[in-house]
Amino acid sequence: MTVQTAARPRLPGPLTAPGGTKSRERMRVSRWQIWVPLGLYLLFTLVPFYWMLVFAVRPRGSTSLLPWPITFDNFETVWNELGFAVFFRNSLMVGVASLVMTTVIALAGGYALARYDFRGKKAFMLGMLCTQFIPGAMMLIPLFEIFRTLGLVNSLWSLVIAETVFQLPLSLILISGFIRNVPVELEQAAWVDGCGRLRAFFAVVLPLLRPALVAVGSFAFIHSWNNFLFALMFVNEQEKFTVPVGLAYSLGEFSVDFGALAAGGVVAAVPVVLVFAVIQRYLVQGMSAGAVKG
Amino acid sequence: MAISTASTANHRMRRPRGAARTPYLLIAPAVIAMVGFLVYPMASVIYYSLQNYNVTKPWDNGFAGLDNFRRLLFEDPLFWQSLGFSVRWVGVEVGLQLVFGLILALIVNETFVGRGLSRALVFSPWAVSGVLTTGIWVLLYNPTTGVSRYLADLGLIEYGAAPLAHSGTVFWAAVLAELWRGVPFFAILLLADLQSIPRELYEAASVDGATRRQRFLNVTLPHLKDAIVLSTLLRCVWEFNNVDLLYTLTGGGPAHATTTLPLYVASKAAQSHDFGYGSALTTAAFLILTFFSIAYLRLSKFGAKS
Repeated sequence: MTVQTAARPRLPGPLTAPGGTKSRERMRVSRWQIWVPLGLYLLFTLVPFYWMLVFAVRPRGSTSLLPWPITFDNFETVWNELGFAVFFRNSLMVGVASLVMTTVIALAGGYALARYDFRGKKAFMLGMLCTQFIPGAMMLIPLFEIFRTLGLVNSLWSLVIAETVFQLPLSLILISGFIRNVPVELEQAAWVDGCGRLRAFFAVVLPLLRPALVAVGSFAFIHSWNNFLFALMFVNEQEKFTVPVGLAYSLGEFSVDFGALAAGGVVAAVPVVLVFAVIQRYLVQGMSAGAVKG
Repeated sequence: MAISTASTANHRMRRPRGAARTPYLLIAPAVIAMVGFLVYPMASVIYYSLQNYNVTKPWDNGFAGLDNFRRLLFEDPLFWQSLGFSVRWVGVEVGLQLVFGLILALIVNETFVGRGLSRALVFSPWAVSGVLTTGIWVLLYNPTTGVSRYLADLGLIEYGAAPLAHSGTVFWAAVLAELWRGVPFFAILLLADLQSIPRELYEAASVDGATRRQRFLNVTLPHLKDAIVLSTLLRCVWEFNNVDLLYTLTGGGPAHATTTLPLYVASKAAQSHDFGYGSALTTAAFLILTFFSIAYLRLSKFGAKS
């Protein structure tokens, strides 16, 4: 989980075999071999972001590719006139609600999988694996029928439920992998000290699960923030639109206002970019500790 | 301590009354949510696939046997066309994403100044949605706002290139946009696995005189095999099911040229009222995915120690 290759080669080498330095020389890669392909790839990654930013902030009629002079007219248009203020609030509410529901349910289920043996455990695991093959796009009709029966069409709760359900299996597996990595002896020590199982969990296990919770929670949030098809199908009133739906509508207009499109894109990107900036350091660790080995 | 030795073999140390029920209570919310909103709708799809169920022709409703599937196999050219496009789309996307993702993971696994920032930047499109990807690439492809216009200003190419408007270029235009946000997935997963390769293996190989290429082929690749198999499978399923990008970027056109099977089903769900036939399409796609996944895991000998 914490393999850090950076520190290794700096070890002083009295124990290194005579051939050691030479072989290490051969293992090193020249700077060119790193920076030429990396630079090209960075260009491919960053130019699209840059393009969006420039179009969002440059004044109407400008053809400059430099983000100067800056104007916030486009943002004002999308935020106030096109309704992105409302879409943003809706997306935020759905995202946070999905995050909380996914994390809490996955935590409970993950603890059961990691710490108990019970009949039906294998079937439960297999069932969760199978759900990964169910195409979300194709569940639109039956889910719509269910939400109509429950009176949840045009309610943001339909999105929260659908998001949570599709996020649960992977989150549960990820969290149970992390709980398995917490030594059970730590919990037992707390039981001996008179803690109940629940208190021991909150006092001992939960603090150690922080990276897992950050990973699962942010996956759920990003996924929900980005979801388009459910929001498009289950919600028809404009006051209930989410950001991706609003963005898709501004794309579908007959004559696209490119400045507004770019500004809407920036609005859609900011929350996920912020979340990503916080979690990206844990991302690789989280993958190796939870998903792959768990 | 006697208690801890007794419990190491078995995770349960003490059993308060009702303990047998605890795990079931803990998984109950997950089970209820998944049965109610995944298993039941899936079962209803399979049920309706065997029914005539058309809102506009209620007098025909009733048991249809395999009639919907017969129609799908023999009378619907769009089914075969969209399935064929799905295979091509998934194959090209996942293949290219894997190659570039692996190269990228190998590069950012090296030690160099600026590695942390480089990782963050090249991984960043991972968090971007399909609709936002469309928004960005529409800007880039448009003949008046896109890259081509500025290249034409420099006299490098002709004005008016519109990759999304022509059936010859629309496929690769869509592939490039999806590649932009798809490569980081492989890079992140494979980097995670690369970091778990013990450095001693490389050192031993070097001492034995192995070249860079030999080390890659004999140490890195075998170690990555399971991660590659798993990530490509997950990605195949994901790319197959993913409709956001194509729905918004090309709308499945021009003339159904970029319609995948799920996109076809989604458009059927939105437009037509023939639920029976739509359900048959969904069931067919689900079966195809499941059989493909099982066959893929079997053929690749996933989890087998080599």
